[in-house]
Amino acid sequence: MSVELLINAIIAGLLLGGFYAAVTVGVSISFGILDIVNIAHPAFIILGSYIAYIVNQTLGVDPILTAIIVLPGFYALGMVVYQVYYQSFEKRGQDALRGLAFFFGLLFVTEVLLILVFGVDYRYVQAAYIEYTWHFGFMDIPFRMLIPCVMSLLMVGLLQLYLSRTFTGRAIMAVSQDQLALQLMAADPIKIKRTAFAISIATASLAGAFLIVIQPVEPSVGREYIGRVFAICVLGGLQSLPGTVIAAMLLGVVESLTATFSGPSWAPAVSFGFLLLTLAFRPAGLLGR
Amino acid sequence: MRAFYFYVSSILVGGLFFAFARWLGNDYLFFAGYTVLQFVVLATAWNILGGYCGYVNFGSAAFFAMGAYSSVALHKLAAGVDRYFPESLVGFAKLILPLNIPTLIIFGGIVSGLVGLGTGYLTLRLRGAFFAIATLALAVVLQTLIVNWDFVGGSRGAYIIRPGEVPILGSYIQYLFLVMLVLAVVALAAARIIEQSRLGYGFATIRDDEMAAEACGVPTLKLKLIATTMSGALMGMAGAPFPYYIGYLEPSSAFGLAYAVNSIAMPMIGGTTSWVGPLVGALLLGIIQQIATVTISSAINLLIVGLLLVGFVIVAPKGIIGLVQDFMRERASDKGQPTWRSRLAIFANMRPGAR
Repeated sequence: MSVELLINAIIAGLLLGGFYAAVTVGVSISFGILDIVNIAHPAFIILGSYIAYIVNQTLGVDPILTAIIVLPGFYALGMVVYQVYYQSFEKRGQDALRGLAFFFGLLFVTEVLLILVFGVDYRYVQAAYIEYTWHFGFMDIPFRMLIPCVMSLLMVGLLQLYLSRTFTGRAIMAVSQDQLALQLMAADPIKIKRTAFAISIATASLAGAFLIVIQPVEPSVGREYIGRVFAICVLGGLQSLPGTVIAAMLLGVVESLTATFSGPSWAPAVSFGFLLLTLAFRPAGLLGR
Repeated sequence: MRAFYFYVSSILVGGLFFAFARWLGNDYLFFAGYTVLQFVVLATAWNILGGYCGYVNFGSAAFFAMGAYSSVALHKLAAGVDRYFPESLVGFAKLILPLNIPTLIIFGGIVSGLVGLGTGYLTLRLRGAFFAIATLALAVVLQTLIVNWDFVGGSRGAYIIRPGEVPILGSYIQYLFLVMLVLAVVALAAARIIEQSRLGYGFATIRDDEMAAEACGVPTLKLKLIATTMSGALMGMAGAPFPYYIGYLEPSSAFGLAYAVNSIAMPMIGGTTSWVGPLVGALLLGIIQQIATVTISSAINLLIVGLLLVGFVIVAPKGIIGLVQDFMRERASDKGQPTWRSRLAIFANMRPGAR
């Protein structure tokens, strides 16, 4: 085990972790804050990847720029999904079992539709920075990892500012704790939840673009991310975005070390093993209250 | 007496289908029938935990695959008796190996039951959502283990050469079909017995209000562990004969998402509160899928299942059984049953603003 290899693996893990933060932040909002178990989140991310891919192939637009342009579309999609979820499950008070089945169905239908339309071939995008790599002595920093990482940390930072500084943001943090108090503050809890869920889906657009910049994408890639996303979310303490970033970095590094030293075929087991261990021994997360 | 009718009629229906398919002389009917029956077992097994207790298991494929791979492991063991056993035990090992299908089914059930017990023990003390996510994770962890385990073929997969003939019946697929038929009846009988027993009422209290049940002294964790173990064991039993059915088993087919989706969709569409629901759902969806696979394509039939699942969950949360019961109640209006009008009055009194 050489030191150079170790340091490079850690750097790659940190960059990967930054990207994982972008993937997870949506679930931290929907599952952590709103208590909506949106296991279909990875499917929306893959949808974002494919939109970035189509626009990149036909118009040659940068994938991340595309994601920013289609953000309102994902926001609207999130509002629609929440409205359906609210009308059919939350209002009737049977959100647990059937809500889970609903999101599982969404995940599955999205995946099958993408397979029917695009097939199971791996798709990738072209952008000037993807091929570029910085070398510092023995350290390599590929731009296809660095740019998603930086952008994702920026996104999580902005979201954290929004949640802690604005009225709506604070209302989102409060909505799962005391809906009545929220109503007394003249905020409609349903509307607040809808906004929050829409934001969580909107982050999937960006995360999808990052994903396809980092690696080629095919429809079933999303399933690998379910375990990662929830592992990070639970480990990060569900509600806290800084916790999410720390947990994402941790998982990124552990995964990268595993891939480097015992082969990439073991990497998926790492995140899911992490999740099982977290659930078993530390369900309140690293920074748990 | 009703139990007697249940056993007689299920054996009769199965027997009639078997005789009919033999009379047609078409082996395809046995292949298709096997798949449908396998889904009956999976759906019934899922419903013991999902429908009775209200805990969603997304990892049906993992339990199924553990059953299938325990058979593969025992098969490989039998193929290389001289290599894997010490000199003194070879004779004894040759005596009991290769195992017959019913024994393999019991082994598969034990393996998957233990996996279920372990997962349940780790995660069932948490909220239901965590258990659901953990089962999703479990499927990937186990798949990674199998992919990296060379003894059962790893990612290359394993070939299982099945015997060509069996005594009395002749064709091997007919034998497999009969085994699966018996397994399906056993699964349905188990679900029926649970439903009418104290255990079933315990499960129902967990489903309706776990906190209240716990407060009233229902041993919720113990009951949930029993349900997870039974459900997992039945799924493993459904998987155990699978390598002999398919002939070539690889991780991505054994852990296929189709099993996870179908075992959720079938009870949800049929109705989760009684053993009839999964049976109806599995027969209906299983047959639709067999027809769609032959006539359209296998990707489309998965899409149909997914859309039906989403649609039923939103529109008819009680499934087909619930719809039928509502319809029957409508018809029985003059027998003192609640009428549409009386229900409307109740409905009006219970509207959100009336509190």
